Amino acid sequence: MVNIPSSIDDTVPAAEVEDVELYHPHSWWTTYVFSQDAKVIAIQYSLTAISIGLVALVLSWLMRLQLGFPGYFTFIDADRYYQFITMHGMIMVIYLLTALFLGGFGNYLIPLMLGARDMVFPYANMLSYWLYLLAVLVLAAGFFVPGGPTGAGWTLYPPQAILSGTPGGQSGGIILMLVSLILFIIGFTMGGLNYVVTVLQGRARGMTLMRMPLTIWGIFTATVMALLAFPALFVASVMMLFDLVLGTSFFMPAIVEMGTQLQHGGGSPILFQHLFWFFGHPEVYIVALPAFGIVSDLISTHARKNIFGYRMMVWAIVIIGALSFIVWAHHMYVSGMNPNFGFFFATTTLIIAVPTAIKVYNWVLTLWRGDIHLTIPMLFALGFIVTFVNGGLTGLFLGNVVVDVPLSDTMFVVAHFHMVMGVAPIMVIFGAIYHWYPKITGRMLDEIMGRIHFWVTFLGAYLIFFPMHYLGLLGAPRRYYELGESAVNPPSAHDLNVFITLMALTVGAAQMLFLFNLVWSLRHGKEAGGNPWRATTLEWQTPTTPPPHGNWGKELPVVYRWAYDYSVPGAPQDFIPQNQPNPDRLSMENAS
Amino acid sequence: MAVVLILVLVAFASVLFHLLSPWWWTPIASNWHYIDNTIIITFWITGFVFTAVVLFVAYCVFRFRHKPGNRAHYEPENRKLEFWLATVTTIGVVAMLAPGLFVWNQFVTVPSDATEVEVVGQQWLWSYRLPGANGKLGTSETRDVSTENPLGLNKNDAAGLDDIIISGGELHVPVGKPVKMLLRSIDVLHDFYVPEFRAKMDMVPGMVTYFWFTPTRTGTFEVLCAELCGVGHPQMRGTVVVDTEADYQNWLQQQQTFTQMMAGEVQTTN
Amino acid sequence: MSAMLIFLAGIAVVITWWMAQQRLTSKPWLEVGNAGDAPRYDRSPIATAKIGLGVFLAVVGALFTLFISAYFMRMGVEDWWAIPIPGLLWVNTGVLMVSSIALQRAKTEAHKNQTGVMKIALLAGLVTGVVFLVGQVFAWRELTRAGYVLADNPANSFFYLITGMHGLHILGGLVALSRTTLKAWEGARPDRVRLSVELCAMYWHFMLLVWLILFALFAGWANDFVDICRQLLT
Repeated sequence: MVNIPSSIDDTVPAAEVEDVELYHPHSWWTTYVFSQDAKVIAIQYSLTAISIGLVALVLSWLMRLQLGFPGYFTFIDADRYYQFITMHGMIMVIYLLTALFLGGFGNYLIPLMLGARDMVFPYANMLSYWLYLLAVLVLAAGFFVPGGPTGAGWTLYPPQAILSGTPGGQSGGIILMLVSLILFIIGFTMGGLNYVVTVLQGRARGMTLMRMPLTIWGIFTATVMALLAFPALFVASVMMLFDLVLGTSFFMPAIVEMGTQLQHGGGSPILFQHLFWFFGHPEVYIVALPAFGIVSDLISTHARKNIFGYRMMVWAIVIIGALSFIVWAHHMYVSGMNPNFGFFFATTTLIIAVPTAIKVYNWVLTLWRGDIHLTIPMLFALGFIVTFVNGGLTGLFLGNVVVDVPLSDTMFVVAHFHMVMGVAPIMVIFGAIYHWYPKITGRMLDEIMGRIHFWVTFLGAYLIFFPMHYLGLLGAPRRYYELGESAVNPPSAHDLNVFITLMALTVGAAQMLFLFNLVWSLRHGKEAGGNPWRATTLEWQTPTTPPPHGNWGKELPVVYRWAYDYSVPGAPQDFIPQNQPNPDRLSMENAS
Repeated sequence: MAVVLILVLVAFASVLFHLLSPWWWTPIASNWHYIDNTIIITFWITGFVFTAVVLFVAYCVFRFRHKPGNRAHYEPENRKLEFWLATVTTIGVVAMLAPGLFVWNQFVTVPSDATEVEVVGQQWLWSYRLPGANGKLGTSETRDVSTENPLGLNKNDAAGLDDIIISGGELHVPVGKPVKMLLRSIDVLHDFYVPEFRAKMDMVPGMVTYFWFTPTRTGTFEVLCAELCGVGHPQMRGTVVVDTEADYQNWLQQQQTFTQMMAGEVQTTN
Repeated sequence: MSAMLIFLAGIAVVITWWMAQQRLTSKPWLEVGNAGDAPRYDRSPIATAKIGLGVFLAVVGALFTLFISAYFMRMGVEDWWAIPIPGLLWVNTGVLMVSSIALQRAKTEAHKNQTGVMKIALLAGLVTGVVFLVGQVFAWRELTRAGYVLADNPANSFFYLITGMHGLHILGGLVALSRTTLKAWEGARPDRVRLSVELCAMYWHFMLLVWLILFALFAGWANDFVDICRQLLT
């Protein structure tokens, strides 16, 4: 090891965050429940997200059972089917993916990777989780109110979302959904402020922006976007609540519903869609950018090679983040908005393909001439590349305005977004859990169970969603409880639906193995040690594993290099941690 | 090695699936084969990129997987390579976007000789209105919708009195003539979607949207609703028949006008 | 959505300006620190809490801009009848201005360690803040009595919705402000409350700015402004 001269002690104070600023827990309750430690909050976020995600997984089974075997399961009637798809979509996009990437990984990794003791506003951070939990409970309450949860589709388009022709439309279901979203957004804002300001102000000495791991870049950019995009959903939700409860006409035009004239008039359903997608499109990247960042670090670490083109990767993240705010209307090509917008939004949408493609090239070029360890995180990273490239490329169909016309609102869209923002980010989440579980618990996840989990999930998910594109190409519309007799539903399409359903059940079952592994390895996993992957980033350099409250013991780390010094020529090992300086010339001369 | 084989398999099986898939678009019945062509171009470009990337990854895993004593190459970046890749990508994107925008321009430019046909959506039923002898559609208003006047036509608008109303029946259009579909809804969002025509557009209460197409072959086609409109969404089907000119005129003669319909209502209520 | 895009452009300028100072074109792999170096902190000298509030205000700004965007988009429909501005709103605007000035005074006094004046200025800010809220409620009552009820017309709906949202933000601010005032009156030294006072003042100025924009919007001046812009463009 390098000898650090004692004079450094004079220049680097022992603790950069004064002890008084850290809230020290005094009881079991404040340690594990009302904790202000970002790591505990991260675990709370993750467990809650995974729990409600399991509900959404079961819902997807139920809807697949209906699509594969229509009419066979009588308890799945049309009302229930629409409630299932709506809750499945909303839970997966917001309450699982967003919460897990930002609330879970963000909370765990930002302070540790940046060499901070905690988030900058721990109290707000704690509130953020409790509001999130409340939002989840309010959402889940929808299953227990008369009329059930809303069945308006996760896009909640008015007028149908708040009319009686939609399940839960004139009852508690839609209200609970909107209230839950509002709570989620308030809670997220509290957390989001923490993530952003901690990156701005909480970095250790020497941690310049260009030395940050791409994980942090991804989470940071996604959080900035989320802070600016979620207000649009907030505004849309509040206005829809007003239309429903107080009888205003923000989104509600004159309507004759089942022969009855309603009191509304003049409102614009398109206005809702603009607000919704102004949030909804950045949301795609709010999920994707953390995944991009994390997968970069997984590939780099497990291929023992620096991420190729780090600067380009950073710029691409920032450019994608900025561009994603001016593409929202590509979800609305056939919405009836001014068709001339199509030219603009098709162009901006396809421009985004360029920085995104560069990211893909840089991931695969990192593999080139690497030293690829086929660990489970690496397998998931490879699975991510395949599914993301596939889903990203079908995005070029849907983004290209006129190609979208026949394909919009068909199963092609369903297949596309599941591949690109369902399967691909989930691959990263799994890879990340296998990667960081040893740091969180001190033990490795079981390797054999992990491999089974990966292969079933990856191949199964691919087999679900790749063929599904062709159902859409055939013309099968999405959100159909049953297609019945139709030119777009030949017997062969029915066989394919059966196959997809069987695959969905299989992939779902594999997740049970994963959950079992999570619990089993807590006790029986191999001891991991502090840095099992021999990684460079700071979270692997903590004095103890799992890191305690305050993360770093007495002294904060000092950063001397970027996050990707793998296989540096001449270095004794194939990695150099970020907190390791070049040997001081003076001390080397003294030594010799 | 299993990883390499499976990756190669994924790439080839995907291409094979695409080539052999029995699930392909329905035989086209309108002038929008331009759209199909653009999709084909996009399939070629994206299919090539997908196969290339997956095979490249497979090769990397095969060639550079860890063996004792291996060490990764150290190369932080290669501006030249990145520049070329970005350029080639841009060219690929332009190759897809340019025809797309070109066809979109055709899609939004309605020919002046197109006949207007109005489609009215409601939960969960399609109705249609054709201009009468004067060739013009009268005005309408959702507020005027009632059981006697299901499409909400303005009774004081002379232009609308001879409009032909098809409430819940089949729509016929003549082959070979451009049609401008005017789309209207009186309750929630719907979307008039005939897979064989390729074109579709949402119907939004409170406004009139449109698209146009020219039917190119006769036949009977199914209308589906493509925008979730409540629990009856999958049942909202209709039928469009593309007729020869003679058959079309025959059919047209049998339809009732707005005036006839109102009179019929009066008689039955009396 | 043009109002929101203009707002985002402003945010983008701030972010670009900040990023331009972060050496984003440097090659980090060439810049390895030597042992014995003591790398400095890369953070801003501005207090972390202030940066946090700044980011929060950007979020609040986005929220109100989106309401305004929706307002403009909905205004195009012909069923729109502008709502009259009760005279009381002018008074309320004055009160909120006084409140803002009082807090600004409290901030300068906190810097001068003038505890006495600071305490009074804080209290004045708090009281005028409460008066503003009460005034808003009275303005609402005046309008509903005159028959301008919430659901009658989209202009009414937007008026109640947006002023209500602004009122809620003022209410939240009042909670923070009363805590700060209480701390000051309990005899905390000026340097212990200085940061809180500064944060309150910052928040208050922002809410005043939002209110002035909203007031211009409801009074119809914003429409005139938009019309002028449109004419200039054509």
